[in-house]
Amino acid sequence: MNGTDVRTAEQATAASPSPTTVAFADLASRRRTESLAGLVLLGAAALAAIPALAIVGLLIVRGAPALSLEFLFGMPLHGMTAGGIFPAIVGTLWLVGVSLAFAVPVGVLAGIYLSEYAGEGRVARIVDLAIVNLAAVPSIVHALFGLGAFVLFMRLGTSILAGGLTLGVMTLPVIITSTKAALQSVPHSFRLASWNLGVSRWQTIRHIVLPNALPGILTGIILQVSRAAGETAPILFTGAAFYLPILPDDVRMQSMALSMHVYALVTQIPDVPLEMKYGSALVLVGTVVLLNSFATVLRYYLRRNRKW
Amino acid sequence: MTPTPAPGGPVHASSATELSLWYGKFRALDKVSFAINAGEIVSLIGPSGCGKSTLIRCMNRMNDSPTTRTEGRLTVANYDVQSPNTDVLALRRDVGMVFQRPNPLPLSIRENVLFGLKLHARSTPRADQERLMTEAFETVGMWDDVKDKLNDDAESLSLDLRQKLCIARLLPLKPKVLLMDEPCSALDPDGIAAVEELMAELRGHYTQIVVTHNMQQARRVSDRCMFMLMGELVEFTDTDDLFLAPQDERTARYIEGRYG
Repeated sequence: MNGTDVRTAEQATAASPSPTTVAFADLASRRRTESLAGLVLLGAAALAAIPALAIVGLLIVRGAPALSLEFLFGMPLHGMTAGGIFPAIVGTLWLVGVSLAFAVPVGVLAGIYLSEYAGEGRVARIVDLAIVNLAAVPSIVHALFGLGAFVLFMRLGTSILAGGLTLGVMTLPVIITSTKAALQSVPHSFRLASWNLGVSRWQTIRHIVLPNALPGILTGIILQVSRAAGETAPILFTGAAFYLPILPDDVRMQSMALSMHVYALVTQIPDVPLEMKYGSALVLVGTVVLLNSFATVLRYYLRRNRKW
Repeated sequence: MTPTPAPGGPVHASSATELSLWYGKFRALDKVSFAINAGEIVSLIGPSGCGKSTLIRCMNRMNDSPTTRTEGRLTVANYDVQSPNTDVLALRRDVGMVFQRPNPLPLSIRENVLFGLKLHARSTPRADQERLMTEAFETVGMWDDVKDKLNDDAESLSLDLRQKLCIARLLPLKPKVLLMDEPCSALDPDGIAAVEELMAELRGHYTQIVVTHNMQQARRVSDRCMFMLMGELVEFTDTDDLFLAPQDERTARYIEGRYG
């Protein structure tokens, strides 16, 4: 009985307001800081948007006059100072296609392994480290690797295959990392529920984890499509031709590519009309946007079916 | 303590002999022995960290990890659980678990209940699938709640219906033992009452092993009750006896609320 009384007394002391005074900050000054913060953040966001809009705007204003059916679907003429860029468009699609054909299956499967099977062990850490480092390798070094590994050692020669594989190696780390992140964002409770029904690890991945991670995996792939289409360095020595006015129909052939073509028009050839340079760059950006929107629409439909 | 002899006969749904388990160097179970009869409801009580969740997770090998080590023998639904030759997938098919937070799969209400069946018995005719699904929902008493929206997301159900769904989805696999890890702790009083009623309905048809923090619930639902403390099985006897006449001083102190 006595103990109970003491406890009540203690509680009473703890509950009464402390005599220590507190000097509250001036509310008006905090409101000023608040609105200033809003402005600064808005300014930063606007600043980031300006270059993007400026680039697209400039390309459209300067490049749109060059666009015509003949420009899009014609062969280059007169040492590329006239005619069209169709072989470069087709070449870029080939190169991106080959790189995806290599990097998507390998990257997604590796991502699944790292997320679902590897655990936290030594091997997983080493593989993780290797992937992070691979992502940090500059694209020109990828080009040299591609030259050594694919063109020379594997005797693929300068070809769409060698160029596409080089682009694939370059895009692999991001595809692996984003796949892993997408899989790990699927709640663990789904896996527990499935395992507890006696469903195997792989069946759980196949039926529960992967379908829910697909939108995230696609996002990673979308970003890498743009990168593969836009990079010039990796295909410089491995697959891209400077001037080859035929449509490739075999991965063992070389081909022109849009990024390489823009580079050539701007820096290597005199007397190219300005609108052709801008027009080619506009088509490069347009191709990337088109590829991306396709994947974005696909992702939208997949996400609509997501149940959480 | 020695296992209590089974009153209804020798049909043990689950038994352990000197079962110990270590997480790394930490001993989470200390020579636990018991025999649980088929069809009864056993509750596991004890303070947090006493090993009760560890024990039921052992029963369908959800504790497997490179750092976990066990000794002794554990038999559940005729599986020698710890044996490396045991087919873990078959064990889990026969010994399913219900979790603290309802965790429906990200599928429709119908597919949640058919998921296990479709992967374990692919060739089940569609009509049988439908019958098994309907029966499962009827057994857990939620058929009227879902019969008109079987294709809706399971997430759209209320919390206690989700928990019932998590029980229902085990049933088409014809499990022998249901493990429940604090199945009511995320539910409101109505939900708790509904799930407790369901457990009473399932008594006799399935062996139910229920971990609970709620001693009132243990008294309400279970036939027999285990009290665990620091990895040790202190007392395992008829629920009424355990609460009214505990044999061990530690049990007495715990149920009187003096610690835990």
